[in-house]
Amino acid sequence: MKKLLAILLAACLVFAFAGCGEKTSGDAIKLGGIGPISGAAAVYGQAVQRGAEIAVEEINALDGLKFEFKMQDDEHDAEKSVNAYNSLKDWGMQILVGSVTTQPCIAVSTESNADNIFELTPSASSTDVLGGQPDADGNVTIQRKNNVFQMCFTDPNQGIASAQYIFDQKLGEKIGVIYNSADAYSKGIYQKFMSKAKELGLNVVAEEAFASDDNADFNAQLTAIKAKGADLIFMPIYYTPASLILAQAAQMQYDVDFFGVDGLDGLLGVEGFDTKLAEGVMLLTPFTADAEDEKTQNFVKKYKEKYGEVPNQFAADAYDCVYAIYEACKAQNVTADMSASDICDKLVEQFTKADFKVDGLTGNGMTWSNTGEVSKSPKGMKIENGVYVGL
Amino acid sequence: MLKFKSLKKTTRTAVTSYGIILVAFAIMFPLQQFGLLSNAMAGQLVPICTYIVMAISLNLTVGVLGELSLGHAGFMSVGAFCGAITSSALQEVIPAAPLRLLVAIIIGGIFAGIAGLLVGIPVLRLRGDYLAIVTLAFGEIIRNIINCLYVGVDKRGLHISMKDIASLGMENGRVIINGPQGAVGITRISTFASGIVLILFTLFIVLNLMNSRTGRAITAIRDNRIAAESVGISITKYKLTAFITSSVLAGMAGALYAMNFSTVAAKKFDFNTSILILVFVVLGGMGNITGSIIATTILYMVPEILREFSDYRMLIYAIVLILVMLFTNSAKAKLFRERVFDFVLRRKKNEEEEGVKND
Repeated sequence: MKKLLAILLAACLVFAFAGCGEKTSGDAIKLGGIGPISGAAAVYGQAVQRGAEIAVEEINALDGLKFEFKMQDDEHDAEKSVNAYNSLKDWGMQILVGSVTTQPCIAVSTESNADNIFELTPSASSTDVLGGQPDADGNVTIQRKNNVFQMCFTDPNQGIASAQYIFDQKLGEKIGVIYNSADAYSKGIYQKFMSKAKELGLNVVAEEAFASDDNADFNAQLTAIKAKGADLIFMPIYYTPASLILAQAAQMQYDVDFFGVDGLDGLLGVEGFDTKLAEGVMLLTPFTADAEDEKTQNFVKKYKEKYGEVPNQFAADAYDCVYAIYEACKAQNVTADMSASDICDKLVEQFTKADFKVDGLTGNGMTWSNTGEVSKSPKGMKIENGVYVGL
Repeated sequence: MLKFKSLKKTTRTAVTSYGIILVAFAIMFPLQQFGLLSNAMAGQLVPICTYIVMAISLNLTVGVLGELSLGHAGFMSVGAFCGAITSSALQEVIPAAPLRLLVAIIIGGIFAGIAGLLVGIPVLRLRGDYLAIVTLAFGEIIRNIINCLYVGVDKRGLHISMKDIASLGMENGRVIINGPQGAVGITRISTFASGIVLILFTLFIVLNLMNSRTGRAITAIRDNRIAAESVGISITKYKLTAFITSSVLAGMAGALYAMNFSTVAAKKFDFNTSILILVFVVLGGMGNITGSIIATTILYMVPEILREFSDYRMLIYAIVLILVMLFTNSAKAKLFRERVFDFVLRRKKNEEEEGVKND
């Protein structure tokens, strides 16, 4: 009997959640966001949520289009991300900003592709998110998902852009590379950097790898690079190991220039790190909070007032995502009563137009190709007197 | 109802377990087919089926065999990745999705079973805490191996490497498993119906095993190892039987799980997932198969229902866990429940009697 009752209870529960879908209503376009608000990657999800909220507030203060933004937690897990996506669909989501992290985004973009809901991810950087991109050997794993676009650089593009930048600006005669072979991000950038460097005829004298996120001793790599006489070290890695490399290079009295990518953003905030060591470090990143332009200054000021901290690149990307969607909606006369699928078709058309350009925090004149990748010029930054200065 | 009570206990368990699943299917399947379910609910159907199979199979090790295993997700991941490889590799050979899913699930189960055998031989020599720690370690080892596994398929067949994609040496092929990024580009072929079939299969295996001679030997080992050994029960043989059966079923669940998402990474099957499944088993009751089914369903759905509370979601989930634990285990709560059930039963009886009188 007990068990029967339990079954009844379970059945009631099941019924309670069945068929409570919501249709779109009101005069605001419903923007959904998915990202890790809790768990190990919460920093990224929260930054995206806050950046997007600021943009939505600003847009709603203007006349014309209104947005309603709702962020759902995915705990940086593909399964939870799909659950979050489904619950946003029940809410009546018309456009998706997300997912924040790569793995969940691959899963969600497959779903959104099937449903034809427009998806612009602020920060999922793998090409698998977009699909349709062959790897170095011409293997295509995933077909192109036409409704998905990226706001951040793809990993390979960062490598290509770095090589091009070093070549154009003649930053080094002999180049050494240190990368993390156990990390998909680092390895992806390294591989593309090398192939582009070869093409441009850059002189790469040493390639040194380390194989763990918590490696603490880089003397072997630095000694090897020093022996080859490199005058520039390219570091496509995150800021924690980079801070150790800088410290150990200084101990060896190895006077060399350093060049990094967006993973180095955050270097000046490492606890116990002597920021003097970072003097002269160059990095290629779409956004730094210390940039002098008015837009960035405004955004940083608002963010600090509201949340009491300095925004990172994720927040800026999310802010730009909302504005890019806003511009596209305006251009296509999208209104709140359209279905998600109609909006998707219109936005895809608009995003792939050659003359559709968006100015944002992370770049001026951003355009998108029909591969889904963003094209924006990376900003070269240099650390001088403890702040980032444009090169 | 009296008839139901007079049945043998084992038959009653079987009837309720199969009953719950069939009733749930009978209700949910039409709703799903006619699109009456919310998207959130419809999306949870297959994961719930997967976790139910996981919980039932872990219950075999933890509840019936009485050994604490903390590496159950490891077997799930073996099944998930073997299933993903099978399904991708056979995409052209077997175009029919249900058949391909079936093959993938079977292959996933077989490989997880082999992993279970390899892990089981050394591990089952240990007991209690030691066994728990070693299974935990094996779960992590399996995860780390898959983390550096690269698998691809092209016209010439499967390519496997532990180094990188370039070393696969493929020509215009497809990468199936890409190291730490896991399997990407899986074709989604899992359905709710296939999930239900897998649960029924699991119930069939586990319940029949529990009620067989082998099952009694396994419970004898759990209750008194020395006594069991003294009457001639081979401890290693029966422990291995339970352990391998459990890992085969976990592997099948893993394959079903992988086929439900377009991507699956080794990171998913870490210690936390093993613990999550253990929580389902413990809250449902050790050795209680019906309990596992109900606990899994409710505990999986709670965090999703709590999405309305946004920031406080996981906090509330934790409180719910504590309350459920208290409700199922405290003596006072048990007394209260019995009173409530008694009350309901008596009313029912009275009504029935009245009904008879009125006739």
